[in-house]
Amino acid sequence: MSHHIVEMKDLHYTYPDGNSALHGVSFRITHGETVAIVGANGAGKSTILLHLNGCLIPETGTVRIGDFPLTRKTLEHVRRTVGMVFQDPDDQLFMPSVYEDVAYGPLNLGLPLEDVEERVVQALSTVGMLHLKDRPPYRLSGGEKRSVAIATVLSMSPSILVMDEPTSNLDPKARRQLIHLLKTFEHTIILATHDLDMVLDLCSRTIVLKKGRVEADGPTRDILQNQELLETCRLEKPFSLQACPICNPA
Amino acid sequence: MAKIASSFLDISYLDSLSCQQSPVHRLDPRSKVIATAFFIVSVVSFGKYEITGLIPFFLYPIVLIALGDLPLVYLLKKILLAAPFAVFIGMFNPLIDRAILMNLGPVGISGGWISFASIMLRFILTVSAVLALIASTGFASICMSLEKMGAPNSFAVQLLFLYRYIFVLTDEASRMVRARALRAFEGKGRGFKVFTSMIGQLLLRALDRAQRIHLAMRCRGFDGEIRVSRQLAFGGRDSAFLLGWSTLFVLMRLVDIPQWMGDRVAELIR
Repeated sequence: MSHHIVEMKDLHYTYPDGNSALHGVSFRITHGETVAIVGANGAGKSTILLHLNGCLIPETGTVRIGDFPLTRKTLEHVRRTVGMVFQDPDDQLFMPSVYEDVAYGPLNLGLPLEDVEERVVQALSTVGMLHLKDRPPYRLSGGEKRSVAIATVLSMSPSILVMDEPTSNLDPKARRQLIHLLKTFEHTIILATHDLDMVLDLCSRTIVLKKGRVEADGPTRDILQNQELLETCRLEKPFSLQACPICNPA
Repeated sequence: MAKIASSFLDISYLDSLSCQQSPVHRLDPRSKVIATAFFIVSVVSFGKYEITGLIPFFLYPIVLIALGDLPLVYLLKKILLAAPFAVFIGMFNPLIDRAILMNLGPVGISGGWISFASIMLRFILTVSAVLALIASTGFASICMSLEKMGAPNSFAVQLLFLYRYIFVLTDEASRMVRARALRAFEGKGRGFKVFTSMIGQLLLRALDRAQRIHLAMRCRGFDGEIRVSRQLAFGGRDSAFLLGWSTLFVLMRLVDIPQWMGDRVAELIR
């Protein structure tokens, strides 16, 4: 299914304030892959994500989502295909109730009301938050907000899910639940994160960024074992790959 | 700062009141909004020395509060909070308008004092009615009903967003104030200069957030119009509520009921 393919070719981007963020990023992600984009602060993770659903339009280089190159004309189609979950759920949940927030996207797609309701119920049940549907979003806990934010995107049935730091600010239990939830998805998933343990659990492939370039791209297990690579990219071996300090004190 | 934070907690308390179940809560928001608008217009349209004619109007907020099972003391506190505004509007009346209009035994009461009392009465009436409306309906539903009744979409949406993000903004402000308090000692570091830069900082953060929210909206197909799925049903009970109250308001506006009752009693005694 070619419409689940995400491809970036030689992408450059400079922010309006002159801060250049990307210098020729290329990769290709195929259907059903779960890919982590990791790197130091300011390595360009967020900039890449913003390109994936047209929040930024490529200046030099191309972004292809499925059969379409990302341009202003294909923006609508791309946004229907790629669901973006922002880092701060407060940015994403702006409607007065959870139900209305999840219904917001489908309503904008022009679906009839019955279909919208069906999708909302479906999306909220998938993330296990159906019981909150009449609550105002600002009264939810951090974990609940995150799940609802994911539901707002699921209700548009995207084929590709893009998430910015999905586990930030979550307690360990909520984090674990989120990881389990993401494991059940059949979407192509692209995550930008610092949570390398989650990457190890969830993603078969990892792309390492360094100063706006792809430093490494390969199977997660290989990359996260490569001490030298991790250190030059300001990363660290995930705890689950480090020796236990109690059993084997260094 | 704890004070600001807690007064905003109060707003969310008002919000949680609107989730209760009661005959008043179950009414269609439109009927309540129109009835309340009718009420406010009737109250405000009285002449400036009117006092007795206003008294019967207390019926409306009292009934809403009683049937809606709303906490009276809490609402009274909220009214007090807004009282200074009304006091400032009326405070010069007694000084300017000194003509004696009424004698209570040896004490002459000037027109200024009467109009001042009238302003305060109207203030209490209108504010309590609106508070009861919000507490029994919820801010979001009020915005939706405004939109359904033909208010411009952008206006309703602005109100909704204002309400949604007031919580986020106060959160952010109170975190900044806490951060300042933790590193300000013995009054140092609390000056005006720091304050202005904090306000600026807050504005910049708000702009940043607005941009992110806009992006999030665009990602989900925002095209300038907010579509709402909430279905409102205007039934027989709603029409009865609206018709009943508005007739009563017109009646109370046209007939000075306390005066009329006084006359009847006087007749009986005679």
